[in-house]
Amino acid sequence: MANKTVAFEIKRQASPDAPAVWENFELPWRPGMNVVSAMMEIAANPVTADGRPTTPITYDSNCLEEICGSCAMRINGKARMACSALVDNLEQPIRVEPLTKFPLVRDLQVDRSVLFDNLMAVKAWVPVDGTYDLGSGPRVFPQQQEANYPLSNCISCCCCMDVCPQFNEDTNFVGAATIAQVKLFNNHPTGKVFKEDRLRALAGDGGIQECGFAQNCVETCPKQIPLTNAISDVSRDVMIQKAKDFLRG
Amino acid sequence: MAAPRIIVVGGGLAGLAAVIKIAEDGGTVDLFSIVPVKRSHSVCAQGGINAAKNLKGEGDTTDKHFDDTIYGGDFLANQTPVKAMCEAAPAIIDLLDRMGVPFNRTPEGLLDFRRFGGTLYNRTAFAGATTGQQLLYALDEQVRRYEAAGRVRKFEGWEFLSAVLDSKGAARGITALDLRSMELRSFPAEAIVLATGGIGAIFGKSTNSVVCTGSAQSAIFQQGAYYANGEFIQVHPTCIPGEDKLRLMSESARGEGGRVWVPRTAGDPRPIKEIPDSERFYFLEEWYPKYGNLVPRDVATRAIHKVVYELGLGLDGQPMVYLDLTHIDRATLNRKLEGILEIYEKFVGDDPRDVPMKIFPGMHYTMGGLWVDFNQMTNIPGIFAAGECEYQYHGANRLGANSLVSCIFGGFKAGPNALNYTHGLECPNGDCGHDAELARQAEINGRLLKNEGTENPFKLWRELGQTMTEHATVIRYNKGLKQADEKIVELLDRFKNINLSDRSQWANTSFAFARQLKNMLELSRVVAKGALLRDESRGAHFKPDFPDRNDEQFLKTTKASFTGSSSGPRIEYEEVDTQYIKPRPRRYDATK
Repeated sequence: MANKTVAFEIKRQASPDAPAVWENFELPWRPGMNVVSAMMEIAANPVTADGRPTTPITYDSNCLEEICGSCAMRINGKARMACSALVDNLEQPIRVEPLTKFPLVRDLQVDRSVLFDNLMAVKAWVPVDGTYDLGSGPRVFPQQQEANYPLSNCISCCCCMDVCPQFNEDTNFVGAATIAQVKLFNNHPTGKVFKEDRLRALAGDGGIQECGFAQNCVETCPKQIPLTNAISDVSRDVMIQKAKDFLRG
Repeated sequence: MAAPRIIVVGGGLAGLAAVIKIAEDGGTVDLFSIVPVKRSHSVCAQGGINAAKNLKGEGDTTDKHFDDTIYGGDFLANQTPVKAMCEAAPAIIDLLDRMGVPFNRTPEGLLDFRRFGGTLYNRTAFAGATTGQQLLYALDEQVRRYEAAGRVRKFEGWEFLSAVLDSKGAARGITALDLRSMELRSFPAEAIVLATGGIGAIFGKSTNSVVCTGSAQSAIFQQGAYYANGEFIQVHPTCIPGEDKLRLMSESARGEGGRVWVPRTAGDPRPIKEIPDSERFYFLEEWYPKYGNLVPRDVATRAIHKVVYELGLGLDGQPMVYLDLTHIDRATLNRKLEGILEIYEKFVGDDPRDVPMKIFPGMHYTMGGLWVDFNQMTNIPGIFAAGECEYQYHGANRLGANSLVSCIFGGFKAGPNALNYTHGLECPNGDCGHDAELARQAEINGRLLKNEGTENPFKLWRELGQTMTEHATVIRYNKGLKQADEKIVELLDRFKNINLSDRSQWANTSFAFARQLKNMLELSRVVAKGALLRDESRGAHFKPDFPDRNDEQFLKTTKASFTGSSSGPRIEYEEVDTQYIKPRPRRYDATK
């Protein structure tokens, strides 16, 4: 059997201001190979398919088991994690590009810090009194735990934001991931003390009303988080909060 | 007077735990991390966190947790800090619970606990099979709260390069590299906490994340810090071999009833489901009737090696055995283990609810690490360490679900102790060594970028990984360890002839990697030499030529120091604190 190879087309951009170019690679196939191991192979042997020396590809990665959220990119047009993208399941040539909605750093690396800023803006935390021993936490029944755990599985990969038609500079929409965290913390027996603050943070410009119900987020989420349910639940709560605030004057 | 400024390096559980305590106690923190802290390697911890809460009516106590931990570690851990950790664990679980970690619950709404290796008690609290992720997020959220309040500044995307030491050898700050702009800078601090995690990368492929290179530990080792028990490397029995990494299949799979087996007949051609129970070799259950599939990791790993390499019973002649969950109902599996089952499904393609998983041992954890005193301070004044990067809590073998508790406990100690250290510190005069250290780092960087050699750093790294995995993991021979050290020396020499295929000054990953690689090589020598000199078998360190534990000669902590000479690190030994539990033989095939 001839040595099997895998064809890649990778979008390169040396810096935010540099022009984008596509480079082709022909790499030896290995069983179980994923897109990240292809990048590693290129780093060890940085030569394009037509034999030109090039540089290793800059990309984010860390855990390689789809739990750290680092290696989100566009693979054959789809926003997804590169570690769980097995080449045997992909049409070739495999086209790899950076996420499209975030400031580009270099090659496949983008700056997704906006999500962490959003999480700060909505106070996505439980305000504990302190870290000293204050006894056990509030009782939580298994049914509540089972409702909250999926929301807590968000890996901050930002795929849901990348595929959202409303996530752009015109709307400043916060995106589905942040809204799901608002639901999570508003559900928590202690976390809910900030419920009103969080809902107000989502009531203004770029808030939850920017959602256009395209549903791309929920279809794309690698962790199958019930994002559209979260958006409709939080949306309802924001409306009620707005009404209350209006009546209070 | 301004609040003391402390630098924490590393944003996993230990680092974030330290940050929270420092901020709570009135300090201010600069937090450095290669990746956004929410993406740290702690997310990979799966099965749970140990604490003797005794919520199952079994009569569990913190003393039993302490004994299991010391015994599991083959008596090499200093007992005073381990005892304190086990006593603090129940309150740590309560705190995490209050922070909103979605732990699994009993029908009454209390915390649920499960079994784990090396104990007979249900002592492990868990959030599905993604406990590390959930714990990290809880601490990340608390740190974000302090960040919003101005107590914490994050430097994400910065890599620690070295400590800045004053003329008396005390820490006065760090130098770090901005991985985007490639800017080299020094940052002042009155104390430093290193919480930089594991060293999996020196073994090439491991269960660790990409950032777990041990580079930071190695850097300060080369600046004079002791590195302790480096030879104790945990190889986890159940991993999925992969092209880019070895993916962990949590011990919780066995904690929930998973069974490890191979067909009794090599190459049994029947479909799995047609092999009757009597013709399945449940070797852990047969060899270790009391603990069964829940023997400690070193014991399970050696058993799998024996079945594969001595008995020739690996599946289809390959180095693999079954980890079988198919007898457990799907609803239970989904409720308690979904996270890891998804990993197996995504990366292998089979549904482990229907088909037994094929697994093999893989490098997972370092028990060794920076030497610290009982206050978590290294021998360099002002540098503290916590989490996997230090050596203190696990002896010769770590029990499953003890790492998360040791990270948080260590961070909770290191943070306040670092803050205390700053009190009464003399005011720095001059620049405390900042200019000199910056110049030293700039020189290293310049040389690397200009080097006109022929060696590719990623290829050198592959060779290092192969050597270390072959000679310094499950089974060790002195001949092989000597070969490994010679190979590392060769690689260090070839490193001088390196050629970065990328010389740009923007987000240059080859450059950052080459800096890590040099440190990986130096640290690998510590592992190899420590293993070479320890002529006994203890916990994870196993030499067929010296199969017994030798307390007389080796009930001692290994302390390595950097010499800078070609003969490698200097090794000395230190007495182990065994004041509470008298060392006894460690036998999991009999009652302990």
